Amino acid sequence: MQPNSEKMDLVKKLESTIINAELPEFAAGDNVTVHYKIKEGNKQRIQPFQGTVLQRRGSGAIETFTVRKMSSGVGVERIFPVNSPNIDKIVVNRRGKVRRARIFYLRDRTGKKARIKEKRV
Amino acid sequence: MLGIIGKKVGMTSVFSEEGKSIPCTLIQAEPNVVTQLRTMDTDGYRAVQLAAGERKEKNTSAALKGHFAKAKTTPKAYVAEFKNFRADTGEELNLGDEVNVEIFEEGQFVDVIATSKGKGFQGVVKRHGFAGVGGATHGQHNRLRAPGSIGAASYPARVFKGMRMAGRMGGNRTKITNLQIVKVMPEDNVLVVKGAVPGHKGCFVIVER
Repeated sequence: MQPNSEKMDLVKKLESTIINAELPEFAAGDNVTVHYKIKEGNKQRIQPFQGTVLQRRGSGAIETFTVRKMSSGVGVERIFPVNSPNIDKIVVNRRGKVRRARIFYLRDRTGKKARIKEKRV
Repeated sequence: MLGIIGKKVGMTSVFSEEGKSIPCTLIQAEPNVVTQLRTMDTDGYRAVQLAAGERKEKNTSAALKGHFAKAKTTPKAYVAEFKNFRADTGEELNLGDEVNVEIFEEGQFVDVIATSKGKGFQGVVKRHGFAGVGGATHGQHNRLRAPGSIGAASYPARVFKGMRMAGRMGGNRTKITNLQIVKVMPEDNVLVVKGAVPGHKGCFVIVER
């Protein structure tokens, strides 16, 4: 028996309780700062991670995004679940103009070539 | 043993309190009706027969129609028996009673039984987890996923019964044990269990504890 629309809505219904609607819109090429909550013992602090969004992947509650930054000459990438309760907030610093949804070509580029044009709205 | 018949809805993930992503499966239990009570006197054991899912009247045999009429319910598609149902509380059920997901609580561990997805005719690597005959050198070729030797030669001069070989895979009754209940949604009669469950979306599953 094929799942009817009502059945799939149950998945959406559960996901709607998880999805964080307060996050700003962002896409590949944008420069963002992710404020991520980190627990150390019983203390909690917020660690910012600033970099370029390489991709957004998946949909619904399981959507994730990849952020890449250069840390003292070494590329560092982190993957965050979009709806993770550990994300305090996401700040979009700069909107990038890119032609594709996944900009993995950025990994092979450094210096002047790794620049992304700013999107004028 | 406590149990319920449900249908697999699909998978998603939820976040735990620590922010960990938990993969989970949604199981919807359509109203389960008690259709028969097995007793010590008549059957020699105690059990409750539950039925769920709608079956068309015209596709139901006269015998089954009579069986469901006894419980004053419409013909059902799927029937399962649970031994010593509610043995812990000693609660008695009657014919025609409805059972819903509230018999389970969050955090409990349950077993889920369903018919696994059919995989068709598969080789030994996928079906039995063989490693294949590997190795790219020493003249080896076209043996990457082969089973290798299936036994000795002139003695025993036959292949032993039960030798694991290629063949039909999947479509078997499969039980996954110790799945934790992440959430109970009584308003939709839905159970959310951690991890994957056998079968395709919309297939009948038995959840028991």
